[in-house]
Amino acid sequence: MKKDIILAGVGGQGILSIAASIGFAAVQAGLFLKQAEVHGMSQRGGDVMSHLRLSDSEIASDLIAFGKADMIISVEPMEALRYLNYLSDDGWIITNTRPFINIPNYPDIELLKSEFKNVPNVVAFDADEEARIIKSPKSMNMIVLGAASPYLDIDFETLKKGVSILFKSKGEAIINSNIAALERGREISLLKEKV
Amino acid sequence: MAQKLLLLGDEAIAQAAIDAGLSGIYAYPGTPSTEITEYVQKSKEAKEKGIRSNWSANEKTAMESALGMSYAGKRAMVCMKHVGLNVAADPFVNSAITGANGGIIVVAADDPSMHSSQNEQDSRALGKFALIPVLEPSNQQEAYDMVHYGFEISEKYHTPVLLRITTRLAHSRAAVERKPSIPQNEMNLPKNLRQFVLLPAIARRQYKDLLAHQQDFVKESETKGFNKYYEGIDKSLGVIASGIAYNYLMENYPDRNIPYPVIKVSQYPLPKLMLEKMYNECEKILVLEDGYPVIEELIRGALDNGKKIMGRLSGEVPRDGELNPIIAAKALGIFKDIIKNVPSIVAQRPPSLCAGCPHIESVKFINAVLNPQYTKGRVFSDIGCYTLSALPPYETINSCVDMGASITMAIGAADAGIVPAVAVIGDSTFTHSGMTGLLDAVNNNSPITVVILDNSTTAMTGGQDSSAFGHLENICKGVGVKEEHIRVLDPVKSREEENAKIFQEELNYNGISVIITRRECIQTLSKKAKQKRGN
Repeated sequence: MKKDIILAGVGGQGILSIAASIGFAAVQAGLFLKQAEVHGMSQRGGDVMSHLRLSDSEIASDLIAFGKADMIISVEPMEALRYLNYLSDDGWIITNTRPFINIPNYPDIELLKSEFKNVPNVVAFDADEEARIIKSPKSMNMIVLGAASPYLDIDFETLKKGVSILFKSKGEAIINSNIAALERGREISLLKEKV
Repeated sequence: MAQKLLLLGDEAIAQAAIDAGLSGIYAYPGTPSTEITEYVQKSKEAKEKGIRSNWSANEKTAMESALGMSYAGKRAMVCMKHVGLNVAADPFVNSAITGANGGIIVVAADDPSMHSSQNEQDSRALGKFALIPVLEPSNQQEAYDMVHYGFEISEKYHTPVLLRITTRLAHSRAAVERKPSIPQNEMNLPKNLRQFVLLPAIARRQYKDLLAHQQDFVKESETKGFNKYYEGIDKSLGVIASGIAYNYLMENYPDRNIPYPVIKVSQYPLPKLMLEKMYNECEKILVLEDGYPVIEELIRGALDNGKKIMGRLSGEVPRDGELNPIIAAKALGIFKDIIKNVPSIVAQRPPSLCAGCPHIESVKFINAVLNPQYTKGRVFSDIGCYTLSALPPYETINSCVDMGASITMAIGAADAGIVPAVAVIGDSTFTHSGMTGLLDAVNNNSPITVVILDNSTTAMTGGQDSSAFGHLENICKGVGVKEEHIRVLDPVKSREEENAKIFQEELNYNGISVIITRRECIQTLSKKAKQKRGN
């Protein structure tokens, strides 16, 4: 088993929480893991990404090679496309479609969305809206992670455990709302698959 | 079974130091090294063991304090980003001459590709300059193990040891297996009472000792297992891969079966026998190293009249920037993938000042006064979040060179006749390297206006405590700035006019004035609010 995942978003949108959840789950599942993060200057509202690599055998590089990622998980649509050069031919994009606009020249959102038509495997939906519906606006990132979960090759219960470990210090209520978000995302993703 | 932890490279180094009998860690924050010290500060174990870990004012004071800890016979670590090693260069190089008593490890975190830096200098060159052993881990486990080994050889040969990492290792997470904990050293003063007295006559003797140790350092590097020679069937090429570059090489061989002989380099000075063997048995040599072509230059030599060496100097590997698996594949001539293009619709998203950042109001009143009346190009600035005010929509500042350079460049510019000459510097940067420049300005009676943006934290690196906290007015007064020309402002929108007026008054004053704009960083403020709410 090998999963090379690019996590993408804007500083502060919570991609490191996605990374940590998968990381804890991977450790539970006894997998090897490497995860390269971005710290420092770029966290100030700039684009941020993380390379997350899981495998049942030892991993060499901390970085995923261009063209080799099995999945891009993004909490922002333009950020999903920024790393398209990492995606393999049969790779998946799981992305939030709600734009995070903090630059004056943000492209037209419909044009942006049309770019996803060129990628064979895409799960794209407004995760901010879903987070609002389940009254858990801060869990948008967990909804996106939930949507990615059917393609992760990690048992869903183990992934839930990973999320629980991440939010352990924040109490039962926070854990439960994040798990609910995770389940909601997974549900949306599985529904889309059926269509 | 040994405990396994999921750690960043930085955290692995910190945990290793705690486990290896560390007594004190000294550092000034700097990406990508900050998390080492932060980890020790947050560690319960470190607290129980009484390991000291407060931030230092700058890398030089950190290095010297660590040397003091070493003098007392205890183990010390000092951490910095690569450019911090320039600030600490004086004590760093001289610590090689004094030698260590308790083990001392200097961690320099280099930043190839300048993710968060002003240059991509390679600390291995400074390690060689100081003539001390350099360790360069290829992964988090090795980083952990090397701290134990580093303290060992530091005490064995009485030498400081440089641990060189790069951003990618510093900020990448992997499982790390712990070793059993070692107790801290008891206090143990140097047997030679003159060891640390670098009077010329003594320094000359000590320097000879350091030179004599060079062969021991090479021997360590040949035999201790961090450098490895892997045999290969195909001798048409030999590959030397150092530190993290080794992983990029291996990534191209999923079954880990490389036809060529490979030297994995993780320790310096270079293992001469291994290099000799490769040079003799291979037709060509490819060098993969993240940073400067340090190994490549040494092997190639000034005359470059030996066999074909491929690397950053010859063009098979790009001359600058961070390596990755594709660069390694291209240099090996095995790259064949088709890579998708990033759609042209994707726009740049540069970092920017946060919404609600107090710096925004400060640069606004500076702009309000400077732009209509004076042409641009008069604001000398420094290193911190406010450097982002060089970008639209503010375009306030005109320089950012090194820690503290704002005030001193303004002095020179004023000497050359630039009026007004303004310096903009953050509170933490001011106590790092701005205070001495301010003293120059006072002694020079420079007609400059220094704006200290006091957000009460070291913001850019994630909100560490600032050494300046609670001291700024007294420092300025103590250095000799006249009290009536030290003005403290609140950078808020409602006071923009008033602040601009005060700034204008001080620009008109023909002498040194300091304007302190004081309001806490929005990030640390909201972090504290969150902690208060308990979530």
